[in-house]
Amino acid sequence: MAALLDVKNLGISFGGLRAVNGFDISIEKEELYGLIGPNGAGKTTVFNLLTGVYKPDSGKILLDGQDITGKKTIDISKAGIARTFQNIRLFKQLSALDNVKAGLHNKHHYSTMAGILRLPSYRRVEKEMDEQAMELLKVFDLEQEAHLTAANLPYGKQRRLEIARALATEPKLLLLDEPAAGMNPNETGELMDMIQFVRENFHMTILLIEHDMKLVSGICERLTVLNFGEVLAHGKTSDVLNDPQVITAYLGE
Amino acid sequence: MLKKLKTMKKTTRSSMITYAIVIVAFIVMQALTYTGNLSSLLQGLLVPLCTYVILAVSLNLVVGILGELSLGHAGFMCVGAFSSAFFSKCMRDVITVAPLRFFLALLIGIAVAAVFGIIIGIPVLRLKGDYLAIVTLAFGEIIKNLVNVLFIGVDSNGFHFSTKDVMGLNMEADGTVIVNGPQGITGTPKDSTFLIGTILVLITLFIVINLTNSRDGRAIMAIRDNRIAAESIGINVTKYKLMAFTISAALAGAAGVLYAHNLSTLSANTNNFGYNMSISILVFVVLGGIGSIRGSMIAAVILTLLPELLRGFADYRMLIYAIVLILMMLFNWAPKAIEWREKYLSFGKRKKEAVK
Repeated sequence: MAALLDVKNLGISFGGLRAVNGFDISIEKEELYGLIGPNGAGKTTVFNLLTGVYKPDSGKILLDGQDITGKKTIDISKAGIARTFQNIRLFKQLSALDNVKAGLHNKHHYSTMAGILRLPSYRRVEKEMDEQAMELLKVFDLEQEAHLTAANLPYGKQRRLEIARALATEPKLLLLDEPAAGMNPNETGELMDMIQFVRENFHMTILLIEHDMKLVSGICERLTVLNFGEVLAHGKTSDVLNDPQVITAYLGE
Repeated sequence: MLKKLKTMKKTTRSSMITYAIVIVAFIVMQALTYTGNLSSLLQGLLVPLCTYVILAVSLNLVVGILGELSLGHAGFMCVGAFSSAFFSKCMRDVITVAPLRFFLALLIGIAVAAVFGIIIGIPVLRLKGDYLAIVTLAFGEIIKNLVNVLFIGVDSNGFHFSTKDVMGLNMEADGTVIVNGPQGITGTPKDSTFLIGTILVLITLFIVINLTNSRDGRAIMAIRDNRIAAESIGINVTKYKLMAFTISAALAGAAGVLYAHNLSTLSANTNNFGYNMSISILVFVVLGGIGSIRGSMIAAVILTLLPELLRGFADYRMLIYAIVLILMMLFNWAPKAIEWREKYLSFGKRKKEAVK
């Protein structure tokens, strides 16, 4: 079976700096895959390449057999990649519900005129969106906060809301950029359960960047380690974490 | 009725209150006019008031909802005013039914302003923040200055255009000048009434409020709050920015039509279509609370009436005006004032929710 995400020889330079070089990754359907590496290794750059924020200057990205190399962010979103951000990027002044409804934007349609004139299609579609968004909020235990402004949510809930918004686009592949950053061990535990739940219930393929080794070793099946923009090691989680090269990269000589 | 009001969604209730304010204000003003309690000075201000309210509400779509600073709003008003006045003057003797003529002029003014909105929007919306503000300011001035050198006349051979002077039109003896450069257009039929103005205000509010609370409005606000995240969930940033900008320009065009048909002489100068006007409209929006539709409406009314009502104070007029500006700013933005408002004035809180 062909992999859901197949990346070959991906690379990009910023000026003289080769930020990512010869990056390969292959993720199977419904796999939970981890991307780790020291600070500045180029992990987020890989995410930005995968989602079209940056255009790669070499390599190929295949999603479910479809070539998405160098496509625009909105087309990649439509093709089926959704992401969260290292520094949370919510729609701060919108309610939690509207954040998720914004994620449903391309799944539900009515014309601008129908919206202004409040035609029946507006009422029907908005109702569908409300119901679907509330369901997603329930999954992330946020239904109580549906009408609160996103900026007023506590940090952990903002992180969860961001995942809910990404899932609203009904992606094939979900990219999580340090989902546990800034969380206490308790919240991290809850987050791990939630990621597992999403994977099982939505049959989701997940690629995540993480520094929290407990989370990585707890839920990721396979890992790729990035160092100075190049793949240092990849394979089964336990094998990779015991690789002397990886330990050196993290802890120094 | 009141019970029904309570069960409505908060946003619906808030917009109903906004419409009600406009209708009540209209009835009160009409009553005062018929009983002879409204001075002729204030009667003359009724249509301009509607114009400014439309301008403020439409600019709020760009500044508050889209979150981009535009300083060229008066330019779109100018385009709407001149294109519609040109039409009305040409059609003065052809279409004699004033409301019909005004309606057609309105459509033309809106359409031309919308086209300018798209043409200007496509290049300038690539910019953000201060840069966008400066470029829109420049485009507003360009429009005003182009109108000032435009000469159009008509004779038995059809229309003549020139950018030099009346002689440059080379018309036959039977020709008449319609647009006379800096002197503008004289003899536009005075078709604007307070009733038409109020209806236009209501339509503007209806469009802006409903757009804001729809799928498209959500996309526009998502772009305002975080462009990168909006792109990542598949929202077409260029499309929605242009949509907000164009609708805003079209509504400013409608305000221009109202403005033009309230005057017998229409000429473009700094105070009506230049940056002074654009800044005034921005002041309405900022003082009324960025993003608050009702707030910008109220601010436009107060700040337009104030200089007129203060005429009795002669030299102190502008001093008092400035103090009121500062007080309004404090009332709307100071944390203590917001706290006080939420405690004692329930409408303050509802207004805030309507924005969200």
